[in-house]
Amino acid sequence: MSQDIYVVIEHLRGQVADISYTMLAGARELSPAAGGKVVAVLLGHNAKDLAKDFAADQVLYLDHAALAEFTSDAYQLALADLIGKDQPRAILFGNTSIGADVASVLSMRLGLPLVNSCRSFTSNAKFISQICGGKIMAEGELPSPTALVTMVPGGYSPDQGRSVDSPPIAESAVPALEALRVTLSKYIEPESADVDISKEPLLIAVGRGIQNQDNIELADALAQAIGGVVCASRPVIDQGWLSTSRLVGKSGKQVKPKVYFAMGISGAPEHVEAITQSGTIIAVNTDPKAPIFDIAKYGVQMDLFELVEVLTGQLKAKV
Amino acid sequence: MNIVVLIKLVPDLVEELTIDSGGAGLDLTFARWIINEFDDHALEQGILLKERHGGTVTVVAPDLEGADDVLFTAAAKDADRLIKVKGDFTMANNHALARAFSAIIKDLQADLILTGVQAHNDLDGSAGPLLAECLQLPYVGYVSGVAVNDGKSTIRKEYPGGLLAEMEVALPTVLGIQAAEQPPRYVAVSKVRQAMKTSSIEELDASDLNPDGAAEIGRMFQPEAAAHAEMIEGSPEEVSAKLVGLFKELGVL
Repeated sequence: MSQDIYVVIEHLRGQVADISYTMLAGARELSPAAGGKVVAVLLGHNAKDLAKDFAADQVLYLDHAALAEFTSDAYQLALADLIGKDQPRAILFGNTSIGADVASVLSMRLGLPLVNSCRSFTSNAKFISQICGGKIMAEGELPSPTALVTMVPGGYSPDQGRSVDSPPIAESAVPALEALRVTLSKYIEPESADVDISKEPLLIAVGRGIQNQDNIELADALAQAIGGVVCASRPVIDQGWLSTSRLVGKSGKQVKPKVYFAMGISGAPEHVEAITQSGTIIAVNTDPKAPIFDIAKYGVQMDLFELVEVLTGQLKAKV
Repeated sequence: MNIVVLIKLVPDLVEELTIDSGGAGLDLTFARWIINEFDDHALEQGILLKERHGGTVTVVAPDLEGADDVLFTAAAKDADRLIKVKGDFTMANNHALARAFSAIIKDLQADLILTGVQAHNDLDGSAGPLLAECLQLPYVGYVSGVAVNDGKSTIRKEYPGGLLAEMEVALPTVLGIQAAEQPPRYVAVSKVRQAMKTSSIEELDASDLNPDGAAEIGRMFQPEAAAHAEMIEGSPEEVSAKLVGLFKELGVL
């Protein structure tokens, strides 16, 4: 048993994901109270080179051909074995397509408590989780003796988890990874898009508040009048009203326009994490408590349908 | 093919959320329980697979207010079997839900178990992977496409930036659905009413709701934003004029 904080590094096709650095920053906040080290846990195959800028005291590297690319089954087996042997104070995962496939399964398999959607830690080892679309925070003592945690972005900047020095690397034994039930066949590249929203200076974003497909025209008209590009949050894309290439959010694009004009978007954490690099966010929403107003520079509390045509008309008159 | 869809009901976020007098939980006295939106996608994916391959869709939901509506709506979308799991689920966490549902789903001989990838009140992990482990089945989440052939499933898993992974998963399996291959279908209220007359809901008792595996919550609170937007007020015309000015100032007009 140790008081170390383990961070399961997430990487995809040779690229370490930002959430890994966010978690390392969280682990650094947690480790003084726990009284242990920050240990980056890297699973892969011939992937040691990825461990170069982790703000960790140590890297544990698990190498196996079956870990070359992420699959839930292989990661679960390797990590269950590691956690069973080392029994660290906590293991941090991303609340992502990688971490969320593993953490809950390990909680049930190993009988260890799980804290989900943790945004930050306090200096006295409490977790603060973000639930209900960012409207509620839940705080508690980090469960003992070993806690599994999934983390969301927002509490720490990834830069806080980067270091110029490379921490020492130790290899850790990998158990037999056999009879795997999940295998990767191939990666499918994103469809090539007519526009790359991550490079556009002015984005007109629509969310659930746009209500139906016909209303997308209103956003299009506004975008045309001002010279911007329309993009959307997940509910709009899932309805098929706009193509996936226009998705802003956790599973879509990160954007950094000069101006992000958000209409009918409440500001769920999965969306917000992808727009924080925007120059100026302007939000239109009927709900005065919508979380989008907490990150927007300017806000309009109004039904978007009352506003959008008037605004489009005025823009047309000016241009 | 036996397809089981696990549905979790969640408090509607459109309603005002309040913290209970104990300060460590939500006050759910007047909560409006609705289907977790990702579970709606899981149901749609299940119906699509039934249309493609034949078989049955069994929908399982916890006994919370609104469960009957959700189940009959599923029947109107052509689900075959409706099961309501009896028990006090108001405060049940996902570990308890997964254990209770696994006991029931075990008997259903499912080839494929679909559920939403997550729900907004998942404080102790997500229901899908917890359930998978109770059933000792593989799990893959963030799935937005499923094909079934030769005793295995071929799925598409979403990664950030629009990247997809195609994976093969042995059946039976539990899949956490991020998005169905098409938007959840709309059914008219009249069709739901008809389903109420023609289909029935089976009620099964949950085994002990064992919540072990979650952290204790000391307090809940509504986040205080570090900043708040500067609000632009006035009539639509006035607000528009101010916005046009702002766009100019910000150099995008």
